[in-house]
Amino acid sequence: MLRLPEFQLLSPQSLSEALALLQADPEHSSILAGGTDLLPNMKRRQQTPRRLISLRNVAELGQLTVAADEVRIGGSVRLRTIETHEALAAELRGLVQAVSQIATVHIRGTATIGGNLCLDTRCEYYNQSQPWRQAIGFCKKKDGDICWVATSSPRCLAVSSTDAAPALMALGAQVQLCSASGTRELPLADLYQNDGIHYLSKRPDEVLTLIRIPQRAGQRSAYWKLRRRGSFDFPLLGVAVAVQRDDAGIVQHAQVALGAVSSRPLLVPEASALLCGQPLGDEQIRQAAEAAYPLAKPMDHADMSLSYRKAMVKSLVTSALREVRGDDVSQDRQRLMRVLG
Amino acid sequence: MKDRPLHIIGKARRRVDARAKVTGETRYADDLHLPRMLHCRMLRSPLPHAKIVSIDASRAKALPGVHLVLTGADMPTTFGILPVSQDEHALCLDKVRFVGDPVAAVVAQTELIAEEALALIDVQYEPLQTISAPEEALAHPEPRIHDYGDSGNVHKAVALSFGSVDQGFAEADHVFEDTFHYAGNTHLPLETHAAVAALDPDGKLTIWSSTQTPHYVHRSIAKVLGLPPSRVRVISTPQGGGFGGKTDPFNHEIVVCKAAMMLGRPVKVCLSREEVFYCHRGRHPVLMKLRCGVKQDGTLTALHLQTLLDGGAYGSYGVASTFYTGALATVTYHLPNYRFEGCRVFTNKPPCGPKRGHGTVQPRFGQEVQLDKIAEKLAIDPAELRLRIVEKPGSLTANFLRVQSIGLADCIRSVVRRSGFSDKHRKLPYGKGVGIACSSYLSGAGMPIYYNDMPHSGVQLKLDRSGLVTAFCGVAEVGQGCDDVLCACVAEVLGVDVADVKVVTGDSDLSPVDLGSYSSRVTMMMGNAAIAAAERARELVATAVADKLGIASDQLVFAHGRVFDAAAPEKGMSFREAVVIAEAATGTIGTTGSYKPEKPAALFKGGGVGPSPAYSYTAAVVEVSVDPQTGWLGVDKIWIAHDIGRALNPTLARGQVEGSVYMGLGEALMEEQAFRRLPPKLSGALVHRTPSILEYKSLTSLEMPEVDIELLEDPDPNGPFGGKEVGQGPLLPIMPAIANAIFDAVGVRIDEVPITPEKILKALGQKAAGKPGRIGPKDFPAVSYPEPLQVPTPWQGGDGRATNEVARPKDKRAKNV
Amino acid sequence: MKQPISLIVNGERHDTLCQPNLTLLEVLRENLQLTGTKHGCELGECGACAVLLDGEPVLSCLVLAMECDGQQITTVEGLTRGASLHPLQAAFADHGAAQCGYCTPGVLVTAKALLDRNPCPSRTEVREALSGNLCRCTGYLQILDAVDAAAHVLREEKR
Repeated sequence: MLRLPEFQLLSPQSLSEALALLQADPEHSSILAGGTDLLPNMKRRQQTPRRLISLRNVAELGQLTVAADEVRIGGSVRLRTIETHEALAAELRGLVQAVSQIATVHIRGTATIGGNLCLDTRCEYYNQSQPWRQAIGFCKKKDGDICWVATSSPRCLAVSSTDAAPALMALGAQVQLCSASGTRELPLADLYQNDGIHYLSKRPDEVLTLIRIPQRAGQRSAYWKLRRRGSFDFPLLGVAVAVQRDDAGIVQHAQVALGAVSSRPLLVPEASALLCGQPLGDEQIRQAAEAAYPLAKPMDHADMSLSYRKAMVKSLVTSALREVRGDDVSQDRQRLMRVLG
Repeated sequence: MKDRPLHIIGKARRRVDARAKVTGETRYADDLHLPRMLHCRMLRSPLPHAKIVSIDASRAKALPGVHLVLTGADMPTTFGILPVSQDEHALCLDKVRFVGDPVAAVVAQTELIAEEALALIDVQYEPLQTISAPEEALAHPEPRIHDYGDSGNVHKAVALSFGSVDQGFAEADHVFEDTFHYAGNTHLPLETHAAVAALDPDGKLTIWSSTQTPHYVHRSIAKVLGLPPSRVRVISTPQGGGFGGKTDPFNHEIVVCKAAMMLGRPVKVCLSREEVFYCHRGRHPVLMKLRCGVKQDGTLTALHLQTLLDGGAYGSYGVASTFYTGALATVTYHLPNYRFEGCRVFTNKPPCGPKRGHGTVQPRFGQEVQLDKIAEKLAIDPAELRLRIVEKPGSLTANFLRVQSIGLADCIRSVVRRSGFSDKHRKLPYGKGVGIACSSYLSGAGMPIYYNDMPHSGVQLKLDRSGLVTAFCGVAEVGQGCDDVLCACVAEVLGVDVADVKVVTGDSDLSPVDLGSYSSRVTMMMGNAAIAAAERARELVATAVADKLGIASDQLVFAHGRVFDAAAPEKGMSFREAVVIAEAATGTIGTTGSYKPEKPAALFKGGGVGPSPAYSYTAAVVEVSVDPQTGWLGVDKIWIAHDIGRALNPTLARGQVEGSVYMGLGEALMEEQAFRRLPPKLSGALVHRTPSILEYKSLTSLEMPEVDIELLEDPDPNGPFGGKEVGQGPLLPIMPAIANAIFDAVGVRIDEVPITPEKILKALGQKAAGKPGRIGPKDFPAVSYPEPLQVPTPWQGGDGRATNEVARPKDKRAKNV
Repeated sequence: MKQPISLIVNGERHDTLCQPNLTLLEVLRENLQLTGTKHGCELGECGACAVLLDGEPVLSCLVLAMECDGQQITTVEGLTRGASLHPLQAAFADHGAAQCGYCTPGVLVTAKALLDRNPCPSRTEVREALSGNLCRCTGYLQILDAVDAAAHVLREEKR
């Protein structure tokens, strides 16, 4: 069977201890949260950290609180906890829809929200064993100097494959990054950079400790996901929307976010602008979908053809916006994603 | 025997090995742990086609914990499943032929050390031009991937012509010409291949391996290692699925045997998931052209089938696979004239071989989709069209296949009735559709893989005073339930509970030869052998008991664990008491039974592929939903009817049907063994696109629709208790039924497999633009098929021989497949 | 460097020495010889190695054994009630839910977690709960039937 290389496992009992350990050698250390992304990558020798710093015993990162103005989710909260959290299902439906479609029930029982937000970017030329990557002469992201997806590309084109990020970006989440030298907070969208290798603005000595999601009265959110199967698969396209309307049905606040269309998850500000101040009518929805379409730049390094993945952007944005409008799209959702809810 | 009421056969029952499977006690190959066991990993080629210039393993050998490094020179003898394709080395000797071809093996104290040592082996290669696709193989006879085969990179080209094909086309009212492509896919058994080899205390070699064909592994090991077969023991461990993927003898099996012999310690190998994709032997990608002549009423007048198979880098079963792409076109519908041309080429990819439905799946897809087009054109209901042309029971087909029972018409009627097909076809709203397709499959290959006159399956029984019956047979338990079938057949004949029968299977030291778990042969052949052995035992016991009771032995009934007088049931005894009497009367009791199929009626070269003791038949209706906006496809429901002859254990039979439907659906919708060739200017790489179980897509529980099954039981005279195969046939109609349903739903033709939303959406777009709403191959390349063998059909007075065949040395048919 | 850990496996405490890079799967199968738990990919892509960790289904190939120190682990070997089969095991045997049997241990523990949480799941809920366990033999339907039958038996037992 595939086995892990040797490493040192450190198990700090507090965040400060963890950050101190990380500070000692950030370049050769990895944070072990759920491990469901890190460990397979280590087995394939895509990542070979010498030290793993486990967050399992760092209790302060496992808190989840729902308050009237804000939801706070610790970086180590398991996806399964979010998926099965009754209050979240009511308040942050789009997040729960996204999280409950990540990987499989088993992985959600181990994986953490912080881990999903920091998920390594993916590519069919990269998520392979060391011998396979040797057979192609390696690639820019690990041990090589070329991007096989587009050989003239100056940067790595590996794709952001987190489901939680677009959902949380649409909801306006902030994330807290802590290091031994301090704490900073930034909009989740700013955590990401459009580079398959340097896809996070997080420094190696920082840990994603907390996600803060503002509560907006009457806001509705949804997440639609394209993939071959209703389970296991990473997104080939993720569409998250969050819309707040007033009593007259006029949109007060709207965000549309796309996942799995580039090396980072994207907000679609044009869609927000088009939707705000308008009723959520078919025409507004159509325009928002049109606005999202050009931002998606799928590449040939994942399942399904890129033309199809691109073509589905409009369809999924439309479905997601219709869902928050209150249309009954449950059959479409069931058919496409093979899941209920 | 025929008139006896059945007590076990035909009743749904917990299989005999179920308890072990649900408690986790089944010992698969990788579950074996022996004292002092070492671990083996194999270094595989990173190049698709190259000469090996040198191998330097000195650094690997120096790594602490490494015990042995093997290379091709340690085992230079070739092997391969077919006698005509002995083209594999345990480790590549002079060249590598695909990325993943093994070149060296490390045996070390732990698997991790062995893995790390692989990186320390220095191999120098001289790259050769890469052949990545059949068209390339045809265009580039050089460099040759192998120095044998029909020519250049053509491994095998065959042509057979039955009847007057040209005349048949001339008589047709319509001639349909279609090309189809069926992508390659793989078995993906959940258990990866594993093997443990050890010297037993007597110094003889034993290997436990997850193999479907222990007998052929036995022969290969003896051959490559130069051992008398009597000093090699092969034990087929219960497998975590095979589906044809564990049917070849494999490199790793020979390597661990060699290592165990050299080191005197047990050696284990367990392949990674990625390595299983390199072992492959899965479904051949096949390009097909079908030219079919039909009368206005749907009667077929002639079929000309051409196939081009992408064989990958080695022979494997390829010659048989090639013939199989043409063999079974005749057994479903009456075909008076038939020409088949098949060609298999070598390419620098993992070798293709037999997967569930071996070689017949791809042309069946073409044939059944073409029939749907024919029905559309002739404005005949596609079910009705099929009913009109179904082959008749007791037929000898154009290519001399002897078909006994044919339940196909009943199968069609069953699925049509249950699905409401007639009320739905062309009547459902846009986006909803139904499709129908049919198929047939062998109940065991009529010929052995290497020519011999011995039985295909043997069963030995031991009865003793304990009342226990032990049944020995060389069959391999892949998961299909052969242990249960063996047990049930013996228990039924002897009238005992299945719990009083112990089976010892898949052990070449203990059990008589069975050729293996492939070609849906086990129930037919082992079942008949088991019945024969049990009947002999029954007769022996009956004679002794009749003597004791003073009645005629044919008056005795064996049932419910008793042996008694049919006229006076109270007059009798327990089975155990009966065996005591028999053992006292005749001495130690052992009986044997064996089975060999009837000699085929086909006498032409290539006629060894296709004959079978019986053919199963299947019909399926599929209902789909297609979203015209996205092409997204949902399979709502499947109705299937399978002519099984008799379901020996209906629980298992249903499982085989559902499992086949599932696998067929996976092939239809998503499974594909895809490759990537990097831009040739920058790299010579040709790699499996995604050798992982995540990216090789297979259905989860969320994609599997409900399946409504009817098993049609019309006992076949050749089958054990009338039974025919069920493990492969029900896979075949699923892919064409899906394609036909999509046409019914949205009016586009997807003439290739897999059928994906991308392709449907593209076809819809083409249709909307006024172009043909079809996705599929545009043409069929020029292939230099040989001059066909001309075989007059039975109705032309043919005797099964070709009229233009050069006289062949006395009966060597089997050697040619 | 090996370090001592103790795992509570199927209610029994096992003290073992283990390197940091060993997964729970390796320790179960190789250190404790509990080979009932299978492996099909070791990358979290098939579900064959599923076990229950403190009652929740997880993939033992993606959990470091040292991270499980002191935790409760249930494997297929722990389902049996003495010499008797657990109702799920019995139903799997009776309904043909185990063909090759290789996915079965992972499916069984996952189904147990479902029924522990939801004694009366709908067929759709069973499909969802088991959607992380690939099976190549059955087409899942006999598995769904078996879980349904076992749920019925377990409900009857509780009455």
